[in-house]
Amino acid sequence: MVFLTRRATFSASHYYWNETWTAEKNEQVFGRCANRNGHGHNYTVEVTVAGEPDPVTGFVVDLKWLKAVIEDEVLEAYDHRHLNLEVPEFARGKAIPTTENIAISVWNRLRAKVAGAGGATLERVRIYETPDIFAEYRGGR
Amino acid sequence: MSDSPNRAYFARRYMLSASHRLHADALSKEENLQAYGKCNNPNGHGHNYVIEVLVGGSVDPATGMVCNMMVLDNAVHERVMQRFDHTNLNLDPLFVNQVPTTENLCRAVYEVLIDAIQPAELARVRVEETENNFFEYSG
Repeated sequence: MVFLTRRATFSASHYYWNETWTAEKNEQVFGRCANRNGHGHNYTVEVTVAGEPDPVTGFVVDLKWLKAVIEDEVLEAYDHRHLNLEVPEFARGKAIPTTENIAISVWNRLRAKVAGAGGATLERVRIYETPDIFAEYRGGR
Repeated sequence: MSDSPNRAYFARRYMLSASHRLHADALSKEENLQAYGKCNNPNGHGHNYVIEVLVGGSVDPATGMVCNMMVLDNAVHERVMQRFDHTNLNLDPLFVNQVPTTENLCRAVYEVLIDAIQPAELARVRVEETENNFFEYSG
C-alpha cells in the first residue's frame, strides 16, 4: 500500500453559532469565534489517498486528476466564500463549520469520487486552519 | 476509543524553549562523549521545541468539536508550559533518572497530558526538536 497526498489552499470566512443556545452560551463556549460578523482563515487541505501503484503507470491515482477533483468538489464550493452563508452543509441549523466538520465535509465530498477512480481509497483529510491548528478525518477510524 | 462515523482528530502546535544536556550516569566520560557528542557539553544547550498535541474523539454535534481548544490550551499551559518552558529539563524530577532526550521529553509530555482533555482522548504527541528532527509517542 502506498499513500499519496495532494495539498491545496482556500480562503474563507465563518463563525461558530449553535441556534439552540442563548447568545451568552454561544459566546461562553465559542469565544471570539462566535462573532456573527464572521472572521476568516487561509485554510490548507491535505488529501491522502491509499492504494497500490498501477503496474503500467506507476500511479496510485493520477495527481492531475486528483488536483482537478479537489478544485471542482472543494475549492469551487469553499474558496472565497462565507462557509455559513454559502455552503449547504454549514447552513443555519446544520453543521457548525469547525475545522473538524470541514474535514468531515471534505471527506464526504471526495470519498465516492476517489473510490470510483479505480483501486485507490480515500485515507485521510487534514485541514489546517492556521499553520498551528489542524483537524483530521479518517472516515471514523 | 472505538471507531464511529463521527470520530475525528484535532491538533494544535505549541512552542516551548528549554535547555538540556544529554548525559547518562551509567556511561563513562568517554562513552558519554561518544554517544552524545556536542549534546554532552557540561554547560548544556537549548532548543525551541514544537509540541504538537493530537486529540481524538467524537465530534460533539452541539459544538462541532472533538475538544474545545480552550480546554486543550489550558491543559497544555498548566501541565506542560508552566512546567517545562524556559527551564533546564535536567532539573525536572522526571529527568533525574532518565536522560532528557527528545524521545523522553515526548513521552513525558504524553504522560502529563493523558487525562487532561477527557472525554476526548490523547491520540499522539509529536515533539520537534529542530526543523529536521521530530519524535512521536502514542502510548
